[in-house]
Amino acid sequence: MDALLFESIDRFVAGCSTPAVVREVERGQGAAALWSEVEASGYAELLVDEAAGGAGLGLPEAFALWLACGLHALPVPLAQTAWVRAVLPLAGLGAPRGPLTLATQCSRDAQGAWRCQNLPFGLVSDWVLVSDAQGAALLPVAAGERQPNGVFGSLQAHIHWPAQAAGALPLPGPIDLLHAGALMTATLMAGAMQRVLEATLAFANDRAQFGKAIGKFQAVQQQLSVMAEQVFAARMAAQIGCSGDGIAPHPLRAAVAKARASEAAEKVVAIAHAVHGAIGVTAEYDLQLLTRRLQEWRADFGSQGYWNAQLGQALVAATQPTLPYMLDELLP
Amino acid sequence: MIEPLTLGAIPSSAESLRPVVRAFLDEALRGRPMDRLARSWMGFDAEFSRALAARGWVGMTLPQAYGGGGKDAFHRFVLAEELLCRGAPVSAHWIADRQSGPLILKYGTAAQRDFFLPRIIKAEVFFCIGMSEPQSGSDLAGLRTRATRTAEGWRLKGQKLWTTNAHRAHYMIALVRSSGAPEDRHQGLSQMIVDLSLPGITVRTIGDLTGDQHFNEVFFDDVLLPHDALIGEEGAGWAQVTAELAFERSGPERIYGSMVLFDAWLQHLRSRSDPTPAELTLAGRILTQLVPLREMSVALTAKLAQGDSPMIEAALVKDLGTELEQAIPNLLADALGADPLAERPEDLLRTLSYVLQVCPTFSLRGGTREILRGVIARGLGLR
Repeated sequence: MDALLFESIDRFVAGCSTPAVVREVERGQGAAALWSEVEASGYAELLVDEAAGGAGLGLPEAFALWLACGLHALPVPLAQTAWVRAVLPLAGLGAPRGPLTLATQCSRDAQGAWRCQNLPFGLVSDWVLVSDAQGAALLPVAAGERQPNGVFGSLQAHIHWPAQAAGALPLPGPIDLLHAGALMTATLMAGAMQRVLEATLAFANDRAQFGKAIGKFQAVQQQLSVMAEQVFAARMAAQIGCSGDGIAPHPLRAAVAKARASEAAEKVVAIAHAVHGAIGVTAEYDLQLLTRRLQEWRADFGSQGYWNAQLGQALVAATQPTLPYMLDELLP
Repeated sequence: MIEPLTLGAIPSSAESLRPVVRAFLDEALRGRPMDRLARSWMGFDAEFSRALAARGWVGMTLPQAYGGGGKDAFHRFVLAEELLCRGAPVSAHWIADRQSGPLILKYGTAAQRDFFLPRIIKAEVFFCIGMSEPQSGSDLAGLRTRATRTAEGWRLKGQKLWTTNAHRAHYMIALVRSSGAPEDRHQGLSQMIVDLSLPGITVRTIGDLTGDQHFNEVFFDDVLLPHDALIGEEGAGWAQVTAELAFERSGPERIYGSMVLFDAWLQHLRSRSDPTPAELTLAGRILTQLVPLREMSVALTAKLAQGDSPMIEAALVKDLGTELEQAIPNLLADALGADPLAERPEDLLRTLSYVLQVCPTFSLRGGTREILRGVIARGLGLR
């Protein structure tokens, strides 16, 4: 990863995605203002081809962008927009302005009407990229009927579009959104988990019981060590997923990234809350901004159960032992 | 705070070793039973070690001046992961190759290097590590074996315990107290190279629960060591051992310990027409753990290659790696018993039994799980 690139993105996202802003957007306010800041930063063009006016960077740089978005729980779809804007010109379509997201839990009926269920960032996006075996389409949210998912603070939405929705932009072939969505979500999770670790360490050093900081107790130290292991492994898995040329993820690497992140999140969230005690589950304390997202992201674009099954099928279908298989088929 | 490990790549010069090693192993391991292969770095075969040495694969990282390969840590990583994943019996030379050789190179006198390194590289001499004692396991600094300087040399008195391969190694690098008392903890400890053929040394083998004999108790009854048995600086033993443990803990043996079993189970799945969804998901679950761990291990190797001593990161990777090594036999035991009516290959079951029984040791050797997590906690700024 390019450390300088990460530092500059991280500084930007930290500055605009403060806990107060995250809460405000989750209450339904301020997303447009935040998006203007994001748009002005130019980071949404990071992956767009240079010929189309972007920076032309690839997945290893996307890792830096997505990690920073996760670290600060950015409540608008910069991660998704950057990828979709880069992929649309490849499919022969100019990207529209405004925040974009991508869907996998979607379907279209015989009349051509699309519906998306629990669409990540659905409440804060203007456009949704959908795809099935017949082809892809970019759908304007304004032309559909949007409902929140009913979960406190969640930015997911259910959206139904009529057949021949006004302003819909059809794309000729299908686009693999599942692996891209899985990989960016895994990287967002790696960022969020890193921040959860930092916050939990700070809390453990600060909070005193029995006359000393709780981080001095061996039982707590052992839990925090386990947490660090999970955070490191999930981050490495995301880096592996984000390796290679271009912006289309390697399917097996994306699978490892998402499976590992989802598994790690289970432990990381549990330990973070165990160490924080009751304060950690209050709305006013910032930990929940990250742990609520991690819980939601675990299942978005496939849980570890789904991806492990995919990986297992691929491994069993091959003929090599595990190490040669990893080296030949999986690792960068 | 520990810095995250960064994804790196093994240089192509080191990668070019891989096909050569594979071709050698295809021949050298042919016909060995699966449950013997599963012993891998606990499998002792001096002849096999010498065959590796004849190809320049012992002491690869040691300088050419001593007959070594003069290669970087990546070469050793490639060799090690190929050997371990295939279950090559590398125990005889492993400790010398991994830690005693590098230790002697780093801290030894010219005479010590000239004497030991060529012999290690030819797999003529094997080493063991004398750390644990009856009253000093995880609390290593409390050890009581004492070396006293006299006019004719060092007088060694005490006892070591759980010393792997002491009954078939030529030398032990022992951590001993050379001044002060156990209460002085990390002060006053030194490392000694002990010739195990000297009078006054008794080695008694202790059988393990699988029927294997690898660890020992070693008694030092007023053993006279020459002055130059001291390796490194007198009193600096703790720092030297700590640096040595980074080598011990960062290698790929901490992630691949159950690979022979896993690959055998995989072959079993592949031979059947009907693997269940649960079996496929399980295969994927293990792969998901393995892939990032392997790359974390490569990242550690990059740090070793730069001359760093990544102790905290090594503890982190080892703890995570042994968790996987122990999870594999337990998960496979469940999977292989999922259909009580099915016939299962006998050699696979025998291999499973071996790994299941021995796997508790994976998180004992080279520092227990609890000690490693303490090391990580220190790296996290908690202690």
